[in-house]
Parts: sequence; structure tokens; C-alpha cells
Amino acid sequence: MKKSAAFALATALLLSTAHAQEKVTLTVAAFPSLDSAIKAILPAWTKLHPNVTINLQAQQFADHHNAMTTALATGQGLPDVMAIEIGYVGKFAEGQGLENLNSAPYSAAQYKKLFTPFTIAQATSADGRFIAMPTDIGPGTFFYRKDVLDKAGVNPLTMQSSWENYIASGKKIKQKTGAYLVNTAASVYNLVIRTNLKTGEGIYFDNKNNLLVGPDNARFVRAMTLAKQVRDAGLDAKIGEWSNEWYDAFKKGTVATQFSGAWLQGALQNWMAPDTKGLWRVQNLPERGFASWGGSFYAVPSKAKNKQWAWEFIKFMTLNQGSQITAFKDNGAFPALIAAQKDKAFGEPVEFLGGQKARVLWRDAAAKTKPIDVNKYDSIADQILQTELTNVLEQGKDIKQALTDARAQIARRAR
Amino acid sequence: MSQRTAPRASWSYTRFQQRFAPYLFVSPFFILFAVFGLFPLLFSLFLAFHLWSPLDGMGNWKFVGFENFTLALGPTDMFWKSLKNTLWIGLLSGIPQHLVALPLAFIIHHSLRRFQGTLSTVLFLPYITNAVAIAIVFATLYSERLGILNYLGGLVGLDPVRWLGDPNMVPYSVAAVVFWRYVGWNTVLYLSGLQAISEDVYEAATVDGANGWQKFWYITLPLLRPMMFYAFTLTIVGSMQLFEEPFMLLNDGGGSGGAGLTSAMHIFNTAFRDLDMGYASAMSWLLFLAIFAMSMLNNYLFSRDGGKK
Repeated sequence: MKKSAAFALATALLLSTAHAQEKVTLTVAAFPSLDSAIKAILPAWTKLHPNVTINLQAQQFADHHNAMTTALATGQGLPDVMAIEIGYVGKFAEGQGLENLNSAPYSAAQYKKLFTPFTIAQATSADGRFIAMPTDIGPGTFFYRKDVLDKAGVNPLTMQSSWENYIASGKKIKQKTGAYLVNTAASVYNLVIRTNLKTGEGIYFDNKNNLLVGPDNARFVRAMTLAKQVRDAGLDAKIGEWSNEWYDAFKKGTVATQFSGAWLQGALQNWMAPDTKGLWRVQNLPERGFASWGGSFYAVPSKAKNKQWAWEFIKFMTLNQGSQITAFKDNGAFPALIAAQKDKAFGEPVEFLGGQKARVLWRDAAAKTKPIDVNKYDSIADQILQTELTNVLEQGKDIKQALTDARAQIARRAR
Repeated sequence: MSQRTAPRASWSYTRFQQRFAPYLFVSPFFILFAVFGLFPLLFSLFLAFHLWSPLDGMGNWKFVGFENFTLALGPTDMFWKSLKNTLWIGLLSGIPQHLVALPLAFIIHHSLRRFQGTLSTVLFLPYITNAVAIAIVFATLYSERLGILNYLGGLVGLDPVRWLGDPNMVPYSVAAVVFWRYVGWNTVLYLSGLQAISEDVYEAATVDGANGWQKFWYITLPLLRPMMFYAFTLTIVGSMQLFEEPFMLLNDGGGSGGAGLTSAMHIFNTAFRDLDMGYASAMSWLLFLAIFAMSMLNNYLFSRDGGKK
């Protein structure tokens, strides 16, 4: 009995050492719902590389990015492959803890033209390092309730033509149906500051680190002015996103329009308002403003243990058309890979949107979205401006004064 | 006997025990304190004079002298606003807490003694309830269109209030949650203080013909002073460090216009969202100084008051 146990143990040890030479475990850290896309793609990967086991570590969105920040600070507990969401990619790019994929052995420059252009800029640091490969993007569109607009006798194309017409239509909608135009006036501001940027311009800073915010910047003045017009006309429901009121408004149709990424369709259909099937439509944002709304990336930490396989895995996730389509079908992650956008699934009508061929529209919007330069002080500037916007909307603060104050505050913090 | 046969070894072992064993036995506290208490403290003091993003990695910090402090104390920065919010919410929640807790404890102690155990448990419950659960419940109560508060208000013809949307309303809404959460804790503190007061004093007062109000004013209040000092100090420190309740109710931005952004939240955002660790550390030390000053003021007021009597 004892002998056989010892023999079994010895055999097991021998076998494991023999296998250890080829068996690889790759740690991949991700967040929902990207983890769900990875799980959906895993069978295809395992088929191709049976010896490379993927150890998927998924944490909640904020926890994941906090954990990655700490890991990068200390160089401890880093995964082999790190997923990064758009809100963090700018900050992570300015740090020094991730591999520059432009250099050998990655030489990713050759792949850049395969992706929707703006997403490459998002993952490039100010000094030109390319730190992450894009996997999905969020083309920005304009969702509207067709039934509400019909009832008010408003043509959606009029709403799209200019911000002034958008607001005028809103007044008509409010008067005829009682529905609000938009969830909050801040949505209008947030969109206007993100669209029609010149080349080399970021939202708050240009590519030479000059602060753009101020009373002389027409983009910010207009954004705040339009938001104030919406608020003063009583057209916004004053409800925040991701709140119970927000979901309720979608269900009841008390808010007529919503600016968002293409992913909102999946969320509406799956859990937010499944009963409103067929009532929604999408179109391009007002004044042909194209903007990106979300997106995810994969990076290799410089201290990763298995960079070679990490890179293989990332290429499989981002450059393989099949993987991109699987992710798209799994949870609506819109492919960053241009070739995957040509899949026949994109020409199919979206039933939730009343059979509209919305994916073609999203694809077109993604192609027309211009690169926006990111800056590591974006989150500080955003926070300060949101506060000043509230002062304008709620307390009647003068717009030029609000922007002057915001400029002074941001300049102090951006060191 | 064995000690005699091998005196040297045994002697040295005993010596070792006497000299070093005590240090060994108390060492876990000091090791843990050094790692989780002292090191972060010193590191944050070090960072307060540096510009550092954790993404740059250890060692890549830049010395900036007092810049982080002058930045926080500058006229336009959010730090002042957050400090003002913190003080305002602290006053709105702290003062009512004690105004309610003290008489409540007195009533329970003197008139409802049979239910003291049950009442203490009930009053203590909010204090130990999970902050996330509290936030969900209150967010539902406060909801502008779907909330029960506005529904009840509507029944008597009141306009809906934007409890968490109107910047003027936010401090009151947050303070109400803080009040709800800690009033029981203070009541229990005062109850235990009351129990330490001898019954003889009250009996003597009864014999002298004192009424309930006189007993409260001339016996309970003066004898509760040490407990009041303790409870006030806890409230001041707790209010100045307020984080959980507004963070859960209003998200990291502190709600509409940052009206509910407390100093602790601002420090958290600066450190973990903006990744400006040096600035956050400097503000932490300034907050520490503010708490220290207010505790000293509390101490002074109590001792001066005592000197008069």
C-alpha cells in the first residue's frame, strides 16, 4: 500500500516536471463585461494552444483598475496581460510600467492601420509610446424614442441638424407629449466639448500640454451656453446616469433622447428596458459630431513573467477576426478591428431598434471619429469643470466667470 | 536538580528568557504597527513634499518642497470647499445628535429602564449596519420621482424635493443619514455614563424636592461631563473624517456641484482617481492639523467651563 502510494507520487512528480517544460499558465486580469468576452473566446484559444492555460482574474471595474495601479506602483502582483478601460488608458500610458509595443519584439506599428484610427491615439502616450492594443470601441450615437417624436410631430433629422434645432424640437416635444428632451443638461455640455476638435487638440489640453479651457474657448462657452438653454427651458429631467430614475425614464419613455455609445442598445435590450423593443432608433450625433464612448485595451506590464505568450494572447484577442466577432456576439463589444467590422453580422437589422441597420451607422461613425489627445490631467480638469457647470446651471453663475475660475484651478493642479 | 548538573546552559537560557522573551512576546504589535502604522505615516509625510504618481513606480518622485501645501491652501482650490462642506455637514449632523441623544438616554435611564437592553440594541443597530445597505435604502427614500419621501410630501401637496440633486439640499440629506447612523451610538455612550452616576445623589435630590428637569440640569449634566467630552471628541473626529455615507450616496464626485464632497473624499479622489499622491498626502496632514486644532478647542472649552463651576 505504502509502496504503491510512493510510486504514484514519484510518477506524478516526474510527469509534472516533464509537462512543466511546455505547460504555461498565463495570468490575465480583466473587468466585467470584458471578462465575459474573454471566456467566450477561450475555447478557440485552447484549441490552438492546449498547453497555455489562461488564469482569468476578473474584478469589479474600479477594483480592477485600483489593483492594477497599485501593482504598477510596487511592481508586485502584476498579471501577464492587463485589460484597461478607456477612462484609465491615458493615465496608464503616461506611467512607465507598461511595455512599449512599438519596439521589438512586439513591433506593433505594423498592426496600427488595422484598427479604427482614433483608438490608436488613445493608447499612445505624449512621448509616442504605444502601450496597449485596442479590442473594442464605443462609437457615439444619438438614441431617440420614435414613438415620442412621432407623437410630437418632430422629425429626427431636424434634431440632428443643429444644436439650436435640437433644443427647439425639445420644446415642441415637452409641450406636445410632456416628455423631457434629455436626462440632464450636462449631457449636452459633455457632448459639445468632445466633438469637433481640431487635430492635435485634446478635450482640455492640446498635444503640447497647453490648457485649452477658458472664457475665450468657443467650444466650452458654447457647451455651457447650450446646457444652460436646455436647463432654463425646463427640458432636462435632471437625472443622473446609472440611477433608478434613469432606468425608469427609459422604461416609461419620459425622456425622449439619449446620447451614448453603441453599447447602450445591448444594455437597454438586456436589462434596462427590454419592453421598449421596437420603440428606439439611433442616428448620428447633432451637427455631425462624432465621438467615442468607451473602449477597452490590452497591455503587457514590463514586469510580466511571460511576455512572449502574453503578446500571443493579445494578438489573438485583438487581431483575430473570429475572436472579435465572438466578443461582439457575446456582449455587443464593438470590434476595434476594421476587418471584423466587415462581417456580415454588421449588415443585419437590429430588431430592438425596429429593424434598423444600426451597426452600419455605428461602423461609419467609428470611422469618422477623429483621434483625441489624452492627457494625464484630464480627470482633474473634468472634475473641476463639472463643478463649475453645476454652478452655472444651479446657481446662475456667469459662464465666462465659471470658465475663468475653472482655468485658474486646473492650471494650479496640472503641474 | 538538573539546573545544578548543567548550570551554564540553564543559566544562559534563563537569562535569555528574562532579557529577551518579553520583547519577543510584545514584538507582534510593534512589527504590525511599524508596517501598517508607522511606515504609511512616514511615507505620507515624505510624499507630502513630493510630486508622485504611483504609475511612475517607486523612486520616481520629484521633490517640490511646500508646493503641495501652498496648492491646498490656495484660494481657488477644492480643498477649502471640501473642508467647508465637511464642517457644514458635521454641524448639521453632530449638534442634533447630541441634542437628541442626551435627553433620550436620560429618559431611557429613568423611565424606561425595563426596556433598556432592547432599546440599546435597537439604537445601536444603525451604527453596525453596512454602509452599502444604508446607501441603497436612503437612495431609494431620497429618489426624486420614485422615492417615498417625495411621495409622502406629494400627499400633503408639497413640491418634489431633489434631495440628492439640488446642491443646497445635499448637505442636509447627507447629514440626516449621518445623524440617523450615530445618534444611537451616542445614546448608548450617554446611557453608560448615566449608569456610573450614583443613585444616592438622585435620591438626595428627590428628598430635597427637586423635579425631573432640575435633576437633569443640576445632577446629570455636570456628572456626565467626562462622557460628554469623550462623545464630543468622537463626533468631531468622525465628522471631520466623514467619507462612507456621502461616498455611497453621491458617488466619488460628491453629488451635484460637489456639494457633498467632504475632505476625506477629495483626498481619496486626488490620490486614487487623479493619482496625485503628494498632493493628497499634504491635504491629509492639513486635515490632521484641522482635526487636532478642533479637538484642542473642544478640550479647552470643556476645561474652561469646568474651571468656572
